[in-house]
Amino acid sequence: MLNYRIQRIPYSIKLGMSVILMMVLFGMALAFGAADTSVKDVLSALLSTAPNDQAIMLREIRFPREVAAALVGAALAVSGAIIQGMTRNPLADPGLLGLTAGANAALAITVAFWPSVNYFGVMLTCFVGAAVGAILVFGFSSFHPEGFTTLRIVLAGATISAFLYAIAEGIGIYFKISQQVSMWTAGGMIGTTWNQVLLIAPIVLVGIIISLMCSRQLTILSLSEEMAVGLGQRVRLIKSILFVLVIVLTGASVALVGNLAFFGLMIPHIVRAIVGTDYRHVLPMSAFLGAAFMLLADTLARTINAPYETPVAAVVAIMGLPFFLYIVRKGGQSFS
Amino acid sequence: MVRLQAKELQIRYGDRTIVENLSVSIPDEKITVIIGPNGCGKSTLLKALTRIIPHQNGSIVLDGESIVKEPTKGLAKKIAVLPQTPESAGALTVGELVSYGRFPHQNRFGRLTKRDLEIIDWALDVTGTKFFKSHPVDSLSGGQRQRVWIALALAQETDMIFLDEPTTYLDMAHQLEILELLQHLNATEKRTIVMVLHDLNHAARFADYIIGMKFGKIVKSGPSEEIITKPVLRELFQIDAEIGEDPRTGKPICITYNLVRGD
Ligand SMILES: Nc1ncnc2c1ncn2[C@@H]1O[C@H](COP(=O)(O)OP(=O)(O)OP(=O)(O)O)[C@@H](O)[C@H]1O
Ligand SMILES: [Mg+2]
Repeated sequence: MLNYRIQRIPYSIKLGMSVILMMVLFGMALAFGAADTSVKDVLSALLSTAPNDQAIMLREIRFPREVAAALVGAALAVSGAIIQGMTRNPLADPGLLGLTAGANAALAITVAFWPSVNYFGVMLTCFVGAAVGAILVFGFSSFHPEGFTTLRIVLAGATISAFLYAIAEGIGIYFKISQQVSMWTAGGMIGTTWNQVLLIAPIVLVGIIISLMCSRQLTILSLSEEMAVGLGQRVRLIKSILFVLVIVLTGASVALVGNLAFFGLMIPHIVRAIVGTDYRHVLPMSAFLGAAFMLLADTLARTINAPYETPVAAVVAIMGLPFFLYIVRKGGQSFS
Repeated sequence: MVRLQAKELQIRYGDRTIVENLSVSIPDEKITVIIGPNGCGKSTLLKALTRIIPHQNGSIVLDGESIVKEPTKGLAKKIAVLPQTPESAGALTVGELVSYGRFPHQNRFGRLTKRDLEIIDWALDVTGTKFFKSHPVDSLSGGQRQRVWIALALAQETDMIFLDEPTTYLDMAHQLEILELLQHLNATEKRTIVMVLHDLNHAARFADYIIGMKFGKIVKSGPSEEIITKPVLRELFQIDAEIGEDPRTGKPICITYNLVRGD
């Protein structure tokens, strides 16, 4: 069961602490890196417009990159939480439901046939791909007369993801573009520019805000569809809205950082262990902890083996696994 | 005037027809109890009447308006439903879960008003679940959990409350407590109660009106005295019942019964 000591801490304190954690990790992410800077450098780079190299590096390279990390972390965690609540499936993850694979395949197709694609095009491609992947998975798993169940979604998700990855890889090999594609999909936050961030940030922020406004609806839906109808929810409408939110948040993340398996699965689990399963609490906390975790992961990715980058996906997996196993061991009951 | 009325209802799951050509009026401000053997369609009827599942033919009219046409949120202010087996509420605390009873009354931003909080408190109080307010629902016993779900339905503050077997899992005292609470709400606040019960003596004691169902049809409906009788029970359940009079309530009571064999 939930740890009663954790549980008795008021929610506002938990949320406040996650915000502070996020800010501290953001500061650390700015201060540490291949090019070493001090806290003072960071502050002066932010507060002045002095044109020295270090300040420019911070302002134009590290700062946008870490903002992107925070946005992506929040987006993936929130979309993971939404999809788990919606499907009442503790294993649901944007990656397991064909969204990431779909975005991947779409990206490969686009790069193959439209090599000069700009960033906006890439993002659009990722949205469309994520949507197609998700629709395929939900379509296949609802063929059965009883509609989709946990097991069917997971099986369909795994199968269709494998299929879509195979397509992406096939195209990559055939058109000799594997390297360009993997630059997008495995690149993490490397080379994120302000322009990219400014394009993605409004989408992610609006997506998260709308998600927060739907959090009560999500809790009710996570109880059962019958319960949701009984309490006056327009179930179809709400499900569609949530579905679009997941696709938008995941699509934006994939466009920025590529594949990050586990992240959307892991963070909501950790969050539920801390705040329970009321999505009024789960979603905001997921956003902040997701951002915090991603900042930490990216900082580690940049520093473990400096000046070389470690793939952030690997860092996430290594960091996340022990946590995740611990939660699983404690019992999955922290899921509704 | 009867507020809730169904006419020539047909309800199917896929191509399996469960309820066929059923018409029923729910008496206002009364306690109605549906009885009948397992699988006869009691839950199905209850869900259709509360638009949880769709009906294929016929009409269900509430306050002169078809329930299919009425906005679902508006209906949720008039009708509360407790399903037969609510799903797990996971790590939601009792207080959190019951607060969602106020959902149909809230605006988009969903701040709980002082009045909302009072009603939540009242619902927890009358169902005896206040003590568990900060406990996760899943850490409670079956009976405690059942009372929490009832609290959720009460917090919805509706004129009509539909409950599917609200007394399962409860010990004898708590069964009576819940039924008396519902009776009290009916008597003092004129709330219409519709519930499915399997205990015939409870049905006889608390119902103003009993609906006896079998094979998706209403066999007979009326006050306890007309339904809890030897011939009707024989037809409904294939039992040979010995009916007496409850010395305390004056209602019919099933003293003992045997299965009818080779019928
Ligand atoms: N979701 C469903 N899909 C298909 N058939 C169903 C479904 N729910 C119920 N049924 C069938 O409909 C019939 C009536 O079920 P219902 O749940 O209404 O019975 P009930 O009278 O409430 O029984 P009980 O006393 O056991 O609760 C049963 O034969 C059941 O198999
Ligand atoms: Mg039933």
